[in-house]
Amino acid sequence: MQIRLTVNNTAHQLDVPDNTLLVEVLRGELALTGTHIGCDTSQCGACVVHVDGRSVKSCTMLAAQADGQEVTTIEGLADGESLHPMQEAFKNCHALQCGFCTPGMIMSAIDLAQRSPGLTEAEVRRGLEGNICRCTGYQNIVKAVLAGASGMKAAATS
Amino acid sequence: MNEFSYSRATSLRDAVRSQDKSGKAKYLAGGQTLLPSIKQLLDAPERLIDLSGAGLDGIEVGRKTITIGAMTRHADVAASAQVREAIPALADLAGRIGDAQVRNRGTIGGSVANSDPAADYPAALIGLCAIVHTNARKIPAEKFFVGLFQNALKSGELITKVEFEIPTGAAYEKFANPASRYAIVGVFAASFDHVMRIGVTGAAHFAFRWAEAEGHGLGVKDLSNVSLDQSRFNSDLYASATYRAHLVRVLTLRAVSRL
Amino acid sequence: MATEENTGIGASVLRKEDRRFITGVGRYTDDIQVSGQTYAAFARSLWARARIDKLDTGVAAAMPGVIGVLTGAEMAADGLGGLPCGWLVKSKDGSDMQQPEHPPLAHTHLNFVGDAFAIVVADTEEHAQGAARALEQSVEVTELTPVVSLADATQSAPIHEALTSNVCYDWEIGDKAACKAGFAVADRVVEVELSNNRLIPNAMEPRAAIAEYSTGTDELTIHTTSQNPHLVRLILAAFVQLAPEHKLRVIAPDVGGGFGSKIFVYSEEVSVAWAAKKLRRPVRWTATRSESFLTDAHGRDHLTKAKLALSSEGKFLAMQVATKANLGAYLSTFASSVPTYLYGTLMAGQYATPAIHVEVQGTFTNTCPVDAYRGAGRPEATFVVERLVEMAARQLRADPAELRRVNFIKPDQFPYQTPVALVYDTGNYEASLSQALQHADYAGFAARQRAAEGRGKLRGIGLSCYIEACGLAPSQLAMNLGAGVGLWESAEIRVNPTGSVVVFTGSHSHGQGHETTFAQVVSSTLGVPFDQVEVVHGDTGRLDFGLGTYGSRSIAVGGSALIRASEKIIAKGKRIAAHLLQAGIDEIDFQDGVFSVQASNQSVTFAEVAFAAYIPNNVPTDEVEPGLAEKAFYDPENFTYPAGTHICEVEVDPETGKIDIIQFVAVDDFGEVINPMIVEGQVHGGLTQGIGQALFERGIYDDNGQLITGSYMDYCMPRADDLPNYVVDTTVTPCTHNPLGVKGCGEAGAIGAPAAVVNAVTHATGMKDISMPLHPEKVWRALQRKRRAA
Repeated sequence: MQIRLTVNNTAHQLDVPDNTLLVEVLRGELALTGTHIGCDTSQCGACVVHVDGRSVKSCTMLAAQADGQEVTTIEGLADGESLHPMQEAFKNCHALQCGFCTPGMIMSAIDLAQRSPGLTEAEVRRGLEGNICRCTGYQNIVKAVLAGASGMKAAATS
Repeated sequence: MNEFSYSRATSLRDAVRSQDKSGKAKYLAGGQTLLPSIKQLLDAPERLIDLSGAGLDGIEVGRKTITIGAMTRHADVAASAQVREAIPALADLAGRIGDAQVRNRGTIGGSVANSDPAADYPAALIGLCAIVHTNARKIPAEKFFVGLFQNALKSGELITKVEFEIPTGAAYEKFANPASRYAIVGVFAASFDHVMRIGVTGAAHFAFRWAEAEGHGLGVKDLSNVSLDQSRFNSDLYASATYRAHLVRVLTLRAVSRL
Repeated sequence: MATEENTGIGASVLRKEDRRFITGVGRYTDDIQVSGQTYAAFARSLWARARIDKLDTGVAAAMPGVIGVLTGAEMAADGLGGLPCGWLVKSKDGSDMQQPEHPPLAHTHLNFVGDAFAIVVADTEEHAQGAARALEQSVEVTELTPVVSLADATQSAPIHEALTSNVCYDWEIGDKAACKAGFAVADRVVEVELSNNRLIPNAMEPRAAIAEYSTGTDELTIHTTSQNPHLVRLILAAFVQLAPEHKLRVIAPDVGGGFGSKIFVYSEEVSVAWAAKKLRRPVRWTATRSESFLTDAHGRDHLTKAKLALSSEGKFLAMQVATKANLGAYLSTFASSVPTYLYGTLMAGQYATPAIHVEVQGTFTNTCPVDAYRGAGRPEATFVVERLVEMAARQLRADPAELRRVNFIKPDQFPYQTPVALVYDTGNYEASLSQALQHADYAGFAARQRAAEGRGKLRGIGLSCYIEACGLAPSQLAMNLGAGVGLWESAEIRVNPTGSVVVFTGSHSHGQGHETTFAQVVSSTLGVPFDQVEVVHGDTGRLDFGLGTYGSRSIAVGGSALIRASEKIIAKGKRIAAHLLQAGIDEIDFQDGVFSVQASNQSVTFAEVAFAAYIPNNVPTDEVEPGLAEKAFYDPENFTYPAGTHICEVEVDPETGKIDIIQFVAVDDFGEVINPMIVEGQVHGGLTQGIGQALFERGIYDDNGQLITGSYMDYCMPRADDLPNYVVDTTVTPCTHNPLGVKGCGEAGAIGAPAAVVNAVTHATGMKDISMPLHPEKVWRALQRKRRAA
């Protein structure tokens, strides 16, 4: 079927089989391989992207369901050389090791920060329930999400 | 993934009409259970009818009830100022379903229609004397859940909204499966003035009302000898039926103490 | 937080590799697209044990999009060899271990659920999977009775017809008679039966491979998720005999975590490469998570009986350990060494126990092969030692910290010969214990326990004083003990004419941050700016032979090789500088990137020397060869011995059995530290896997050999809200035998944590013992039993 997707501010018109998952379009047709697939039961969160501003698991959404909507992936966060505050925070806090869960983790973190002003550590830990990391033990991720949320607030007010 | 065709219904009528044409179609709400089931070859519908454009979302607060459209996402219920004002425990429950991403897609209608024994909403439906509205009729929650993944819906029948009674007080206690984060046991306790109501999910094949406990009133401090029918209790890797029964008692007391 | 200016050894430099990962442009195997690519799927055994009677590929081959269906029988007919085990362990009686055939694709017998017997190649993933499922449904088999239970396996009929039993080896280490004598004079004996739960590694990136065959050059290139691509190449060439080594190139690009599971050479990667060569098409395969659960080599899975003899003063006199170790259906690449040389040799722990005897029966069952998983043998050993010591303390009503302290090997006893072969070069166990007790406010525990009681909670504190052996070595010794590969590492440093540097290392980074730490080392030693040092790894086409990353070896062995190569660069640089400065070579000093003539103000920079090496205007090339590139192969003299104390404090809800970790302190002695930020991250990750083992994770097969924890719905991965903020600190006793004084930090957390958690929970609840993982129902039931007994 024909679908229209705006991905990272670029409009695409695509012809995909009805049963295509959003993640398959992103990784395949659009070669945006920063969005990863880490499980087949919708739990690991490596595939999290934003659809119309909300974080979703792109392995659990059909491309057809996103027809006409705005998709943002990890590749769409940085503004040229300038990183998104959450990306910056992940680097500064050593919140990644192998990097595989990182894109999904960052996309979830941004949504969390946008929705919950004044995040606490406990809220961050709960808010990351849908993202599994096997490397970091989460401690530095939690630190990064708090720092990134502050960075986002600062960027919004400046 | 198996092949299927996809269409988006533009109205309730459109949705029901598309369904009537063939028996092999399934309604697609949030897809957070249906799509993983198709991926794992546990389900193989030939057609999916997406309900997201059918105008079935939204929250309405009345004098005595709060009505939530079937396509309302869990995250929207959790964040709704109206729900938080009228039934904070319901917002709390919605905010504890799955994870943030599941809540951003999953809907109340989808969850209720799926009738997973470990889903959260059914506890609230029972506890809040909810009425399930479909395109054809109104079904009281107590008569809605009838078996393991089984409910009173007929083939092609579609949930349009769920209407909850606004209680004087309510609380939800969840003991989550550490792996799946579904409820091993979830207890939704509500008080309507001096009358108490207990809805239990996770423990048995389907959500049920624990009427025996309700009779003990709001001041209850001990439920250890109150009868609890365990004949259809679940038992799995993480919790035996005996442990679930114990948790039902513990969580009920905890929930009631918060009323 | 890192500083801009300091990028040297010991600085928390931010990682070079992060930018590509946080912007989504990392390049993992599955991200790579190849023109003309085809997709593979595997037909797998649905049975734990079966004989293949008939496999008709006709129907699958005719399915839409199918390009080829290749079976185990065809692979055997092509003369491909089996997957070897790289460590020959001998039994007590001197006999070699029993090794079953392990064809990459099974063709006569299926030995565990997930055992691959055919590879299907098609134009799409869906088509390949559809045909593979059809083969699984149509293969005719005779089901055989599987052996699943480790406890019963040694008595059961052999699962492999060619073997005499299910015992792979019956191994021992230590002096049995001395041990017996120790028990004979003991004042008290503490005994325990322990299980060490089977774990499933779950690197977040599933295994994957893409193989391309060039008909013109007869070269086979494989991109794959490997921790050691050279080992893959060696095994494919020398054992499987798929292609000669010089026609094989194995590339492990960005790899999304390994934890041991990506050391090994598996059926799927071999089959994909074979299919590409046979079908003359690029073939790709990426595991689904379900396949990862079924086939990534699992970890741990021991049953152990152990006892400790103590004197009336609480001195350890002797320790006796008997273990059954589950090896699964086949011997994975290093499976045999894990429960023997990486386990029995660690039973001294941090203690001066004079006599130790360890017996291990390696056992075959119809389950996924078991091999090294983060810690590999050492977590199992630590669990035995630290549970015994804890139980001894509780029985003697002694302070667990004090009992450990009196039995520690003292700083003046190093080098220390243990009764189980190892010689510890250095350590200071008292220092890490004291520091950990302080961080944990051990003295204030009683007050916290009382406060918890007031809230209806049971509070407990548990210690674990672990030791590990890292950087497996030296090669000669290991090979005498049965190792089939050397244990050295290679490094090459190429200095470019402009003075920038490319470092080639045989170590492999899949999350450890070598691109940063190795650059710190070389930048420091050569005085080259950090951002002008590029680290290259993971490609047999670009590097000398290397042994990859496992066993916390990279900085201790790979880093030492870098130092050796740097020394050679400096030595040659001095010769060039001597010509440039018209001075004698003995007069040249090198410091901070500058070659200078002693007692003069004459100097040239490293970059000037590099330029002169390639543009040899003033350098006679008959005396000094042009160019500036050096290699080194470093073989360590000994293992390194990181050690430390972990302290866990928990609260248990007696009504539900749920455990909350309130505090976790880890004080580790890793010797010198190159990048504290990265080391701390490694500890966090290790602790989480250790806590996962203690509280959440267990791979479970049912009686029919079906894996019932085959997805994240049932196998519990630790998540952010399950865990506390860790308190992590270090003490430093530098390793005595490598040039950096480093020990390795990757596995410590996973080694120390499980015992600390279980010790805390048994302390909180007053139970003698409880088996991992400590799921709430198990804890609740144990508390019920205790209540009834009381």
